[in-house]
Amino acid sequence: MKKLILSTALATLMALPAFAPAQAQEPKRGGNMVVTYKDDVATLDPAIGYDWQNWSMIKSVFDGLMDYEPGTTNLRPGLAQSYEISEDGLTYTFKLRPGVKFHNGRELVADDVVYSINRVINPATQSPGQGFFSMIDGYDAAAAGKAATVAGVSAPDASTVVFKLSRPDATFLHVMALNFSSVVPKEAVEEAGADFGKKPVGTGAFKLTEWTLGQRLVFEKNADYWISGVPYLDSFTVEVGQEPVVALLRAQNGEVDIPGDGIPPAKFVDVMKDEAQKSLVVEGGQLHTGYVTMNVTKAPFDKVEVRRAVNMAINKDRIVQVINGRAVPATQPLPPSMPGYTKGYDGYKFDQEGAKKLLAEAGYADGFETELFVMNTDPNPRIAQAIQQDLKAVGINASIKSLAQANVIEAGGAGNAPMIWSGGMAWIADFPDPANFYGPILGCSGAVEGGWNWSKYCNEDLDKLAAEADSIVDPARVDERLAKWSEIYMKVMEDAPWAPVFNEQRYTLKSARMGGDNALYVDPVSIPVNYDYVFIKE
Amino acid sequence: MATYILRRLVQSALILLGVSFITFVLLYVLPADPVRQIAGRSATAATVESIRQQLGLDQPFLVQYGNYLWNLVQGDFGRSYLQKTEVAELLFSRLPATLLLLVAAIGCELLIGLPLGIIAALNRGKAIDNGLMLTSFLTVSSPQFVVALLLLFVFAVKLGWFPIGGYGTFAHLVLPAVTLGILGSGWYSRIMRSSMVDVLRADFIRTARAKGLGRSKVILGHALPNAILPIIAMIGIDIGLFMSGIVVVESVFGWPGIGQLAWQAIQRVDIPIIMGVTLVSACGIVIGNLIADLISPLIDPRIKLR
Repeated sequence: MKKLILSTALATLMALPAFAPAQAQEPKRGGNMVVTYKDDVATLDPAIGYDWQNWSMIKSVFDGLMDYEPGTTNLRPGLAQSYEISEDGLTYTFKLRPGVKFHNGRELVADDVVYSINRVINPATQSPGQGFFSMIDGYDAAAAGKAATVAGVSAPDASTVVFKLSRPDATFLHVMALNFSSVVPKEAVEEAGADFGKKPVGTGAFKLTEWTLGQRLVFEKNADYWISGVPYLDSFTVEVGQEPVVALLRAQNGEVDIPGDGIPPAKFVDVMKDEAQKSLVVEGGQLHTGYVTMNVTKAPFDKVEVRRAVNMAINKDRIVQVINGRAVPATQPLPPSMPGYTKGYDGYKFDQEGAKKLLAEAGYADGFETELFVMNTDPNPRIAQAIQQDLKAVGINASIKSLAQANVIEAGGAGNAPMIWSGGMAWIADFPDPANFYGPILGCSGAVEGGWNWSKYCNEDLDKLAAEADSIVDPARVDERLAKWSEIYMKVMEDAPWAPVFNEQRYTLKSARMGGDNALYVDPVSIPVNYDYVFIKE
Repeated sequence: MATYILRRLVQSALILLGVSFITFVLLYVLPADPVRQIAGRSATAATVESIRQQLGLDQPFLVQYGNYLWNLVQGDFGRSYLQKTEVAELLFSRLPATLLLLVAAIGCELLIGLPLGIIAALNRGKAIDNGLMLTSFLTVSSPQFVVALLLLFVFAVKLGWFPIGGYGTFAHLVLPAVTLGILGSGWYSRIMRSSMVDVLRADFIRTARAKGLGRSKVILGHALPNAILPIIAMIGIDIGLFMSGIVVVESVFGWPGIGQLAWQAIQRVDIPIIMGVTLVSACGIVIGNLIADLISPLIDPRIKLR
């Protein structure tokens, strides 16, 4: 008999209202919040949506088996009432919460979960999240279209879902909290066909009631939501097609509650100089690192001394000043708020003489010519210029290639870019786990044609270590796992395929009438805000 | 007349075919892979290839282009890669807003441009003429983005006369239409001026004056109808200029037209939308020119359509 190493009976004991976080202010109910965005919302299909704009909207319309405590990176059960993990870490058994209803009135059953996971993996869905599920047994056949369903997901009864994995994977519960794992009703998906993204039906706190293309989306409170008392707002309206500068003007005029694209860089200083406006800005960390990649497969960056020299040549404090202090200097690939971050490690210190010495050791005493690719929207070209000047000071002449985002990504994937400043395309974690910062961007699996590992850095020993770390699924051994991840990133720093530059801070401007803990306005998972838990004070 | 229209329609179809081909080539050689955009950053190579196959993007160029044309003649513009919505639906939901802005903007251009051109022509060589022509030069060369933001800041934010961007009421229409109107009025005032100067020198104007007709009657009744002809042709060409202007102006004012759609699609390399917007714009320009050519003989009987 399999011994269970974890059972969150705890979740069952939690009375539902306790799901709402304890807030400093007593939440008020009702009202409509207005959020603006520049771009139209691409889709609300949880299997397809994968940009930071629709991510939090999808979170409010749908639920998955797992979720996060609002404003934090702490996992909590969502549609699952409890779950069990087998001792070998290969079987996860979820018990569903009873009485949960879709927006169409039908009760959620275990088959819906099985259907939803199969749908994401099915190649016909073209889900960008397909690859996250590769640990599930039978994934390869289903993902390749060779099997109609994934062998490793089953529903033995209406309230139980069992996942069998092909390898232990400590990130599995995070994957179950991703939007891609959201549960959708088969009949609604089949009825809407390819338009499901515009006619979404979920179990979430809000339901979409209006979508006027190019103008607005209106989300109304789901009165039957399974967490009683949530959400607090009656509705929220997302107005699209609003330039960030115009959105800020409207917010200052009291017409907008949250400018979703944030404070435009050019206006940041003005806003922060004005005490009244500054008091409406909430600052928080985010799971983001801005870095310079160096293509390790091509000279001169095939020499580790050169890569270390670049790390030492860049004056990170000055670059943080270039973006008006909206970031903290980075010492390593992981951002400080990520578990596994190595505290007390200072990274490469700014040292031009030391950099020159390393370059001389590598045989580049007279420096060299190279190219720095950068996305062409502010402030990235300015940051690239600052890096260019720093490199020039140690003898490296980098010419700047300022291109549209898609073109930089293409050059990075093809391995044609000696150096890339990641701004505007940088990695923001899909889920708060150190593993998510490795595989695609530093691991061997990403170092292929078209992959996101733009350094093309592939260290098989580290890949092995990463697999070892992720096979530790026992929550009691979490520290051991994080220590392994810390070790991995320290080795990455030794090999220096990246020069980590800064960790961006998030600044959300909210109208004076908005209430709720500040953490909800810089929620690490829901950007720009956690729609379910914010409220209007007046 | 019928043969003329038929011939022009055939020519127009060929122009559109050319436009579709050139745009398709440009998008094909663009160093950005739409499949990678769809597949996202966590996709494996197998996922990328499977999406490429499903979209038919693994086919040779001519096959892709042929497929596109074949669907197009059946009225199918394809589906947006990222929004997964029918391009036709996206276009037609936004077209009314753009047409409204088009009519209002051209109205503004004429309202501002024509009087200025006439005044300049009547004062030819004087300080007022030079001043007006300098103004027209400035308006033609001012960046739309700056003018749009300036008007927005002054008349919407500071004075509060108009809403800060958006769509729906007449008040929303004023600022974007005036922005485009100011910028385009320079062209009209210059053309109106030179055309008016030519007409004012003509024999029939001298005759009209000699008959003892009043100044306003000579200008409005005799000179203007004759001087207006190049303006009609200009409106046809103007639709092209308008299409390039709306990309910026619609974005600044949050006007939900096809210019804004194009701008978003370009940033996301959403090829079916870019193709759709380009073709619809080209159609607009071709039809605008055709109408201008058909109207000309109605105003000036000397013009014969052949």
